[in-house]
Amino acid sequence: MVVGKMKFTFQKRVKLAQGLWLLSWLATLGGAVTFTLGCFLKTELRRRGEVMDNTDIHCVPNTLMIVGLASMGINYFASRICQDALDPGRFPRWKTFLKPYFGCSVFFTTLMLISVILSYAMKGSLETSLKIGLKNGIRFYKDTDTPGRCFQKQTIDHLQMEFQCCGNNDYKDWFEVQWISNRYLDFSSKEVKDCIKSNVDGRYLVDGVPFSCCNPSSPRPCIQYKITNNTAHYNYDHQTEELNIFIRGCREALVNYYMGLMNTIGAVVLSVFLLQSSVLASVRLLQTSMEAVAGQENVEIETEGYLLEKGVKETFMEYVDPVLKLLLLNQVTPPEAKPEAGATGTTTTTS
Amino acid sequence: MVLLKIKFPFQKRVRLAQGLWLLSWVAMFSGAITFAMGVFLKTELHRRSEVMHSMDIHIVPNLLMAVGLASVGINICAGKVCQDSLDPSRFPRWKTFLPPFFCFSVFITSLLLVAMILSFALQPSLEESLKIGLKNGIRFYKDTDTPGRCFQKETIDRLQIEFQCCGNTNYRDWFEVQWISNRYLDFTSKEVKDRVRSNVDGRYLLDGVPFSCCNPASPRPCIQYSLLDNSAHYNYEYQSEELNLYNRGCRQALVNYYMGLMNTIGPCVLFDFLLQMTILVSLRYLQTAMEGVIGQENVEIETEGYILEKGVKETLLETKEKMKKILQFAQVGDASAVTPDTQPDAEKPATA
Repeated sequence: MVVGKMKFTFQKRVKLAQGLWLLSWLATLGGAVTFTLGCFLKTELRRRGEVMDNTDIHCVPNTLMIVGLASMGINYFASRICQDALDPGRFPRWKTFLKPYFGCSVFFTTLMLISVILSYAMKGSLETSLKIGLKNGIRFYKDTDTPGRCFQKQTIDHLQMEFQCCGNNDYKDWFEVQWISNRYLDFSSKEVKDCIKSNVDGRYLVDGVPFSCCNPSSPRPCIQYKITNNTAHYNYDHQTEELNIFIRGCREALVNYYMGLMNTIGAVVLSVFLLQSSVLASVRLLQTSMEAVAGQENVEIETEGYLLEKGVKETFMEYVDPVLKLLLLNQVTPPEAKPEAGATGTTTTTS
Repeated sequence: MVLLKIKFPFQKRVRLAQGLWLLSWVAMFSGAITFAMGVFLKTELHRRSEVMHSMDIHIVPNLLMAVGLASVGINICAGKVCQDSLDPSRFPRWKTFLPPFFCFSVFITSLLLVAMILSFALQPSLEESLKIGLKNGIRFYKDTDTPGRCFQKETIDRLQIEFQCCGNTNYRDWFEVQWISNRYLDFTSKEVKDRVRSNVDGRYLLDGVPFSCCNPASPRPCIQYSLLDNSAHYNYEYQSEELNLYNRGCRQALVNYYMGLMNTIGPCVLFDFLLQMTILVSLRYLQTAMEGVIGQENVEIETEGYILEKGVKETLLETKEKMKKILQFAQVGDASAVTPDTQPDAEKPATA
């Protein structure tokens, strides 16, 4: 049961080859764009790598980079094949190369589609990673004298200012953590002693946030400390105050940013995928229609081209069987086969 | 006395024309780049225009944009001229066009040099403009309810955060200005009343700065208020504290930024200027060399090319005389329209 059978006159074959050559150059450009987008996404993820707990999400840009490079190679060969296609003298040398070429190409093209799906599927993993990373960042904010954690303060400050966000879920995350180091607390003062005695762990907790949470759009100078105490500040009501500090949490801000990036990249990669598929289909049709011409005297006859000689399942098994045989070779050969082979060998020599 | 005479055999003329054609394309790109850099500089100056008092510095990007566009046109013409130059039948039509073209091109190209000189010469003007602009910005920081000034706070805050600077000259500029609006001051409290009474104008002055002066690189949480009072904060000494706030003043930060931009643009503009002058000189040589060929039967003779037929002084005098004649002709034309009597006198000798 042949899949995708089409008749090809000589003129149609020529036009197919020419169109394919142009398309393959476009697809090479598409592959280069995919590679660049993968690099860009990886750079952006690495820039905020300090507030991410794991690097699972990096599989998306890694896949994009591999697929981009592979598609450039695939399309380069596609253009070479269609350059040789119209010359019956030069075309046969590609014969043995084409089967593995198609196998690889279909594999990498499917990988392209998978990377787009992954970029949506990994949103949950990214969110969890950011949740843990930001929680640690806020916890170690005060440890500017501990090696390995001394840059957390600067990282979190720059993050909050750049993404206009405060805390993990919102600004209240800062109330549950001691973010002022003990080095700057006067333990002889009454206020500090009261605050520390008021909770079990002996931490200095305040209803205040760092300066990087302050919103420049606020009409009044920033209120950082005693945020929930209306009487501490003149003409202030913390329930109705919206512009004083950033209301958004940094986790939400970062997830939105990366999802926006991946949505844009996903759209571009999807169009490259469609381009790549059409290139592969055209190469296949060109190959099958040229195979009928090989050996004929009259080059300008009408031939048939098809996508698959057998059905989809049978073709898939055809490709997978050699790979399996290669893997099975490592297994021990059955002992009956050996003396039989030896017996047949001796019988042939004697007869 | 001919200026810079060079002999041009046929092959040399051909190569000159070909080289000039290529060079004119390169110079066209270069002119487009100059235009783009002018646009970029203008955009950057415009972004911070709220803290600049005068627009004098904008003459530099304006010049760059005008010269960039003009040089694209000049180089297109140069390319066309040298395409026609090797064909003696097509070359004469450029004859009347070329002298004014050269004058115009030399003028435009010298404007490039003027732009470069201006970019250094106007630095004091830029600094003065920023000084006044920032002073006003800091003064009107608290007026977030006054129309026309309500965005000063946000502008100054974002400026200080982005350029990592504080105040005009340094952070102490904030001590001399009331930057907290009266709407947020409790005039019944003792502290506010004391402060307001302590100075002549009745302003609420304090030794504190806005949050946008805070340096994220500081190891301790930001100290914004009571900056000069060592006892107000534990383990704090303002004389030795360096990382708490930004040390730099915003005027210096902005001047450094813009001077850095113009220092980067300068060499590109210089390169464009040299390229353009080379093209003009080559085109002049080509023109004068081809003028020797016009009317000759054998096109492949050797001719001479020069920059100026006579010396510099004589050429200038000649040009002056030409301009005078053109002006006089315009005047005489007016005079003859007023007095028609002279015409019959001219006709009489003809009939007689």
